Amino acid sequence: MSYIIDRRLNGKNKSMVNRERFLRRYRQHIKEAVSESINRRSITDMERGEQISIPTRNTHEPSISHGPGGKQHRVFPGNKEFHTGDQLDKPQQGGGGSGSGQASNQGEGEDEFSFYITRDEFLNYLFDDLALPNMIKKTLSQSKEFKTRRAGFVSEGTPNNLSVVRSLRNAHARRIGMSVGKRKKLKELQAALTGLSASGLDDSSEALALKAQIADLERRLKTIPFLDDLDLRYRSQVKVPTPSSKAVMFCIMDVSGSMTQDIKDIAKRFYILLYLFLQKNYEHIELVFIRHHTSAREVSEEDFFYSRETGGTIVSSALKLMQKIVEERYQNSDWNIYAAQASDGDNWDDDSPLCAKILGDSLLSMVQYFAYIEITPNQHQALWEAYTGLSRQFSSRFAMAQIRNPGDLYPVFRELFAKDRYQEAV
Amino acid sequence: MSEKVREYLSTDSDWTFELLEVYDREIDRIAKLYKLDTYPNQIEIISAEQMMDAYSSVGMPIGYNHWSYGKQFLATQKGYKRGQMGLAYEIVINSDPCIAYLMEENTMPMQALVIAHACYGHNSFFKGNYLFRTWTDASSIIDYLLFAKNYVRHCEERYGQEEVEQVLDACHALQNYGVDRYRRPKPISAAEEKTRQKERENILQQQVNDLWRTLPTSLKAEKNNQKRQFPSEPQENILYFLEKNAPLLAPWQRELIRIVRKISQYFYPQRQTQVMNEGWATFWHYTLLNHLYDEGKVTDGFMMEFLTSHTNVVMQPGFDSPYFSGINPYALGFNMFQDIKRICENPTAEDREWFPDIAGSDWLETLHFAMNNFKDESFIQQFLSPRMMREFHLFSIYDDDEKNKYLIDAIHDERGYRKLREMLARQYDLSVREPNIQIWSVDLEGDRSLTLRHTMQNGTPLSNDTHEVLKHLHFLWGFDIHLETYKEERMIKRQSCPSTFIEE
Repeated sequence: MSYIIDRRLNGKNKSMVNRERFLRRYRQHIKEAVSESINRRSITDMERGEQISIPTRNTHEPSISHGPGGKQHRVFPGNKEFHTGDQLDKPQQGGGGSGSGQASNQGEGEDEFSFYITRDEFLNYLFDDLALPNMIKKTLSQSKEFKTRRAGFVSEGTPNNLSVVRSLRNAHARRIGMSVGKRKKLKELQAALTGLSASGLDDSSEALALKAQIADLERRLKTIPFLDDLDLRYRSQVKVPTPSSKAVMFCIMDVSGSMTQDIKDIAKRFYILLYLFLQKNYEHIELVFIRHHTSAREVSEEDFFYSRETGGTIVSSALKLMQKIVEERYQNSDWNIYAAQASDGDNWDDDSPLCAKILGDSLLSMVQYFAYIEITPNQHQALWEAYTGLSRQFSSRFAMAQIRNPGDLYPVFRELFAKDRYQEAV
Repeated sequence: MSEKVREYLSTDSDWTFELLEVYDREIDRIAKLYKLDTYPNQIEIISAEQMMDAYSSVGMPIGYNHWSYGKQFLATQKGYKRGQMGLAYEIVINSDPCIAYLMEENTMPMQALVIAHACYGHNSFFKGNYLFRTWTDASSIIDYLLFAKNYVRHCEERYGQEEVEQVLDACHALQNYGVDRYRRPKPISAAEEKTRQKERENILQQQVNDLWRTLPTSLKAEKNNQKRQFPSEPQENILYFLEKNAPLLAPWQRELIRIVRKISQYFYPQRQTQVMNEGWATFWHYTLLNHLYDEGKVTDGFMMEFLTSHTNVVMQPGFDSPYFSGINPYALGFNMFQDIKRICENPTAEDREWFPDIAGSDWLETLHFAMNNFKDESFIQQFLSPRMMREFHLFSIYDDDEKNKYLIDAIHDERGYRKLREMLARQYDLSVREPNIQIWSVDLEGDRSLTLRHTMQNGTPLSNDTHEVLKHLHFLWGFDIHLETYKEERMIKRQSCPSTFIEE
């Protein structure tokens, strides 16, 4: 006796809990791998997961088994030319030999256990020590938002979308269509019957037969259903991406000698955060990288993060360049302009008031949001003082923060998101 | 023509639930002709993703949660998505009813093959083989797994996931040492029940004795005697010993050890009957489907597809082939059962000389006898014929780590048959494949350290993992662990945990 059961509809993610546990156990390894991979990735390349590799020796589950060595007999198939008593050279590797099964897991080598994590998990690990609240993490890693829109009528759907008018109209048409022949026939018969009764032949066998036929037709007309499955029409709803416009994001960074790679890495995460935030809100995003020491230059992302130059620092050069680029390329009112500036706080003393002036007079009125982060454990310097005045004056579009460790990044964004939420509420 | 078509069970390669039922009924009918005795079947259709889940939980339908299964899952998923490996067509579980998973992607001929293979081949093996009969209880395993899962979850809620994980990690490291290797559990008889009763009395008695012992009259000599005696005999079942005797464990930790031990014991027969089990199932899917074909119930196309898969399964590449990965248990087992059938039906003079008992006997009876009463090691020792050794071109090499050359010490010829057969049989003997380690003594009066003895076989040392395993053992026992390696009655190595040095 056999029972055949269809289990395909049962949950298929039985292993998710175990997978989760594995990831948690190797959290540290995965985080390292993620930080490493972020150095290889571009800011805009946040749409995919990542392959994570962990050295096998770390994930290995030990058990007691025989090691190589000793005196052993082994039986193999496929003898071609050997005879009893033949001697064979051992392979170079020694003991293990040709597939005795046990030798393979002894390797000290760089074997790696590798697997994939999803985009969401990747971002989770990436922002792990940024102290982002979960809500924000979720908002960041969520893909596009959709709106549902009406899109005509379809023949399949859920009862709540049933269109009564359409359905009944269909039913009516069908009833007419299905009964047309019968009603014609009925009319003919009735005409014949009235003809007969007019001539006084009401009780003749002919009239009786006609009556029977009429009764039969009427009964058959009644069996045509009032409403059939075929008639039902549902309002169709389709998901469309929310309409969005274009944004440009300016990344401004000081690359003078005092900016170490660590500081740049923190800055990179800051830019990634901003990029993801923009990506959620805008369909099309352009990136402009401006780096500066005593003079500013527009560069590629690769140069932006990984090439070093020495020299003094004049921040206003970058702001002037940004202003010029905006005027040349992003003048159009379609563009939402965002800017993020990262620096260790160094600037020529008499340049800082000039920076504040450029921002306050023209730049800030062009941008949606300008964020400045100063990545330094030390005392504030002139630039900070100059910007402090601005942040009071333009509190809705200017934010600044000092970053001592990655956890300090979030407050800058809190304002951004708070603003976002406010707009949604309106 | 049309009449003949109507006799086919199906002509299409797509399966439907109705067709599965039809095929199952037909195969069942034929299986009964061959006296295959099975548990009722529960055939479950699952998707590829679900098959991956089943894979990662070692085929158990319900498993407790543990990170190692997650690791297994990630590896399977990656392999499958990259197309590096196909999934098995089926997984079958030794339970009553016998649960078999069929993948929805299979074609009808494949489903029929799998039904014959798993639901009638493996199933009858589970029900008939002596190891499964004595070691496993098919009717209660699902309940037990469910209990285990709930118990582990309960412990996690109560004592924390990490605490539980630590115990399970330790148990997993020792799980191959959680079975009674040389002694099989007996069903509880009336006599047994009596001795248990007596044990309980003894315990009561001991408590009384303990009272007595607190009196100052106790003798030192007696104490010394007792110290030497624990455990009174070496213990092979390390997990069992820990469960019952580890001094510092909480009751729930003992129960976790017991769970791992029980599950390990459940799988123990499978590890010892791989060749026989797969061979038996393969033999029967081959025989049953051929029977179906001979009755004219399946098409030629069906048979072609079936035979293609079958041939792939029983292929044995030679040792020098790039596809070689050891002796294929399907190939060896299938061919041996076929060979036994041949010896029964058409014995040659050689067969009569080698197998006087079975040559010319009733093949079906002989096959059932072999299936019921052997495990891989004894099956090969008993039934591997010279003809099979010739067909497989078997040869044995002798590998001595003190010499720099291999020696071919037996090939498939008159001089080598017996030796070859013995060597191959030993290769399937778990007690040879796994190091012989036993619990030797506990220093009850001193530092409570636990000493284990490894008896070396053929001078083969332990793998480098061993020290890691000792750490787990140390965690469970709670006091020092010593592992002594003996070679011919002489101690040649002693490892300790915790340790800063390893004595050579």
